[in-house]
Amino acid sequence: MTVTEDRSGAEVGRERLRKEDARLITGRTMWTENISLPGMLHLGILRSPMAHARITHVDVGPALEMSGVVEAFSGRDIADMQGAMPCVWPVTEDTVLPDYPPLAVDEVRHTGEPVAVVAARDHATAMDALEAIEIDYEPLPVVLDMEEALADGAPLVHADTGTNKCYTWVLDSAEAGTGDDVAQAEADAEIVINRRYIQQRLIPAFMEPRSVVVDPTGEQITMWSATQVPHILRLLLAMSTGVPEQKIRVIAPDVGGGFGGKLQVTPEEFIAFAAARRFGRPVKYVESRSETMLSGHHGRDQIQDVTLCARRDGTVTGISVKLLANMGAYLGIITPGIPILGAFMYGGIYKFPAYRFECSGVFTNTTKTDAYRGAGRPEATFALERAMDDLADELGMDAMEVRRRSWINHDEFPYTTSAGLTYDSGNYEAATEKAMELFGYNELRREQASRRESGDPVQLGIGISTYTEMCGLAPSRILGQLRYGAGGWETASVRMLPTGKVEVITGTSPHGQGHETAWSQIAADRLGVPFDDVEVLHGDTRTSHKGLDTYGSRSLAVGGIALVNACQKVVDKAKPIAAHLLECDPADLEFVDGQYRVKGTPGAGKTLADCALAVFTSHDMPDGVESSLDADATFDPENFSYPHGTHLCATEVDTETGRVTIRSYVAVDDVGRVVNPMIVEGQVHGGVAQGIAQALFEEAVYDADGNLLTGTFVDYTIPSSADLPDIVTDRTETPAPGHPLGSKGVGEAGTIASTPAVVNSVVDALRHLGVSDVRMPCTPERVWQAIRSAQDGAQEGGARL
Amino acid sequence: MIPTAFDYSRPTGVDEAVHALTDGGEDAKVLAGGQSLIPMLRLRFAAPSMLVDLGSVDEMRGVRDDGDALVIGAMTTHAEVLDDPLIRAQAPLIAQATATVADRQVRHMGTFGGSLAHADPAGDMPSVATALDATFEIAGPSGRRSVPASEFFVDYLTSALEPDEILVSVRVPKLAGWGTHYEKFNRVAQAWALVGVAVAIRRSNGTIDEARVALTNMSSTPVRAHGVEEALVGAPATDESMAAAGQHAAEGTEPTSDVSASADYRTHLATVLTRRALGTAAGI
Repeated sequence: MTVTEDRSGAEVGRERLRKEDARLITGRTMWTENISLPGMLHLGILRSPMAHARITHVDVGPALEMSGVVEAFSGRDIADMQGAMPCVWPVTEDTVLPDYPPLAVDEVRHTGEPVAVVAARDHATAMDALEAIEIDYEPLPVVLDMEEALADGAPLVHADTGTNKCYTWVLDSAEAGTGDDVAQAEADAEIVINRRYIQQRLIPAFMEPRSVVVDPTGEQITMWSATQVPHILRLLLAMSTGVPEQKIRVIAPDVGGGFGGKLQVTPEEFIAFAAARRFGRPVKYVESRSETMLSGHHGRDQIQDVTLCARRDGTVTGISVKLLANMGAYLGIITPGIPILGAFMYGGIYKFPAYRFECSGVFTNTTKTDAYRGAGRPEATFALERAMDDLADELGMDAMEVRRRSWINHDEFPYTTSAGLTYDSGNYEAATEKAMELFGYNELRREQASRRESGDPVQLGIGISTYTEMCGLAPSRILGQLRYGAGGWETASVRMLPTGKVEVITGTSPHGQGHETAWSQIAADRLGVPFDDVEVLHGDTRTSHKGLDTYGSRSLAVGGIALVNACQKVVDKAKPIAAHLLECDPADLEFVDGQYRVKGTPGAGKTLADCALAVFTSHDMPDGVESSLDADATFDPENFSYPHGTHLCATEVDTETGRVTIRSYVAVDDVGRVVNPMIVEGQVHGGVAQGIAQALFEEAVYDADGNLLTGTFVDYTIPSSADLPDIVTDRTETPAPGHPLGSKGVGEAGTIASTPAVVNSVVDALRHLGVSDVRMPCTPERVWQAIRSAQDGAQEGGARL
Repeated sequence: MIPTAFDYSRPTGVDEAVHALTDGGEDAKVLAGGQSLIPMLRLRFAAPSMLVDLGSVDEMRGVRDDGDALVIGAMTTHAEVLDDPLIRAQAPLIAQATATVADRQVRHMGTFGGSLAHADPAGDMPSVATALDATFEIAGPSGRRSVPASEFFVDYLTSALEPDEILVSVRVPKLAGWGTHYEKFNRVAQAWALVGVAVAIRRSNGTIDEARVALTNMSSTPVRAHGVEEALVGAPATDESMAAAGQHAAEGTEPTSDVSASADYRTHLATVLTRRALGTAAGI
């Protein structure tokens, strides 16, 4: 085990205001929609109103006749040049990969699927012209429910594949040699819990809608896109369309949020790319919010059947999970892999000796699913932590005590789980103790008892969620074993400018995270330069030529190490130059506080800026030393990063109306060493809010014909600050071993932890009334129904709504 | 999305506005604060040929004291209503309900009259006006007329306004000595009410003399809960009588089932919320 190097400087650990905020908050910056190019055409995309239909006739002629409309085409018109939407993660050898044209050619398979395009001189004309396109559909049978889709004789989403099953992926600890046999554990168990939990479908609600501009008129075809993944986008555009990779430049300018929703290469990007090439002039496409809701990929949507085997003393001996995961109608970039990211987390922080996981991906006539903040891990953590509460209830034990019986103790790290992961570090006891103290656990339990006693119409519930996650995606070797189509390394470059200023180039692609600030803090400490002297460049494949972008809480955990290594290379490269300037032997020099000094000799030394100027003039360089202080570093992690924490939630549940009000929320997270505490706190706040949203507020709903009923923010109810509690945050700090900064990821932690904390709390408030489950989101009506069914005695083993 | 093209007129007086509306033909629409109409235009659910923007009709703004009533200009924004001392003192029910309308941004654009003329049964102002027995002052090509709240709301998104008429102001009786309360229940803070209950109640000593109860989103129009009102007259001002009266709340209503709530749940909520609103309004 590598010991984390203690190189704390003045900047890392400091609450720096974010340098990018002024331009992001005022909006005075380069958003994709702000880009306007000479001769640029505005695209409008006609979308299918049918969930499943054959396109029998398309005529774009009437649209072309309208004043201001320059071009129009249907899928058939560009069939040979539009490429196919790629899926880079077929999780099994026999994963079904259906054809996925960016613009539908013969058939549509979900509402909102693009069917025709108009290009006009302005946006409004394009919108008007869409209404003039003539298109006829022949309806085909629709299948929306996953279990119905797998039944014999179900309508097929892709008739040519002969099945609605995309794949079945299995992880069995006995077969893999990572643990015991679950069937045996079940046979030997003193208590077995079987539960079904439903992960409802969610819609990522990033602030900036997806937008794209393509300029085919220069040396390269340049695409600006509001994306999380400019590097991946360039690669896949090249691979899918045949345009040589070096002829494509992709730029992600400032991007207004993503949450996984922009970890995608989209049909709209491909359509705009095809349109620009076809017309030979720049095009712009900016979607409306309704289009985001309808056709941007969705998240979650799983049916989770969980079996927990335990002894009467609360020790869990095994867990078995059977999952149905809704793929939607098509496979996005990593759609099949999302539930697999969860597969490794059903053991959470616990020592479960036996584990079996089986997941089937299912096609339905719905918008495709893909990554949404947490991507597989919130789902896993939810089912696990709900089941732990249900186990505690069955045993009549305190919910925290049951967790203590099975969790990994701090002195047992590194610990290899039955899922096969080696957790490098953690201290679950410390985080839990701190959370319990901040929360006032015992006091709240007393209040809960007294409210139950008095039959208060407003009952109090206490919800626990302990979690760990695998983030810092990802060790390339493991990705290869999982059949993922790329590696997981990250890269950084440092360029010393003649004036001593520094340009840092990162392969990560921030879209609100604050990398410019955090990377500046790291580089300032490592190079001994002022924070303001560092400029962080990103998101343009011409300047940042190499990278794997931002998702999976990977940027600092992986890209941060690349940056540290690149800085170290610069420091090493400058050493002989400094020695030359100081007229001493390099071996006698040390680099302290930004200065090279002769060891043991305080006083004036030479800074990197001195060396940078010397390199620029190169009038007097030591023999054999290159005239450059620039350095690149690429880092491929050997293991994931494992942040963890304990979240506690107290809710007041109005048993008359079903209204749930969060009274207090405590989040104690251990994300290792922190570069900027304010950014970390912001990530936790946002993550917790998003997790609460799944627990209480958000759900994408289709009607029986496959129309999205929650297509606007009137019906898809995202909470605002008025609906959310004050969040008490704190941290414990168990440095990540092997990471020079000791940092773990934090981007998804809040989302992963909070959902089960809230739902456990709601159920806890109502258990004495006979309620053992409330389906998410726990709307007032669902809570009221759960209480009513329990009172009616209609409930057998849990209210299922 | 972008609305289809339309003609635009911005009159400065009521008569001029009526003229513009008449000239615009049957596809002309009045634009007040735009908080309902603009989204409908953007979604292309509505495609009027002309918009008559009342934003510069100054005589339609503000609140004035008219003896036993307040007169609220239809173009007074929710935010202005909320800040108005006359409203706070003489019509606290309106102030309290207005504070629950959507969010701050919407309240600064949306107007009191616009939310009434839109006649959305899920809106808060229609049931409040119904509970207060407000009178609607209307201008049209043939002059002015008054319509009581009980006749103003005709059906879902349909008021007694003719296509060429404009709601100029609303006359709200001062209810001196009454207790009032608006109980709103929604999914998130800025959402429409699943159900709302507007209550005005007058009591002497321990007895209730008169009660007016109107429900939001329980039918295609705001509805008076007559069963509740009748049960309360002469009843003692106690929790028990409020609860008993509340049981009548949903009588005769026709709530819808939609993606936000089922009719059953709305019916249940009406009962609970009415009991609570009555209790708060009666000060018990």
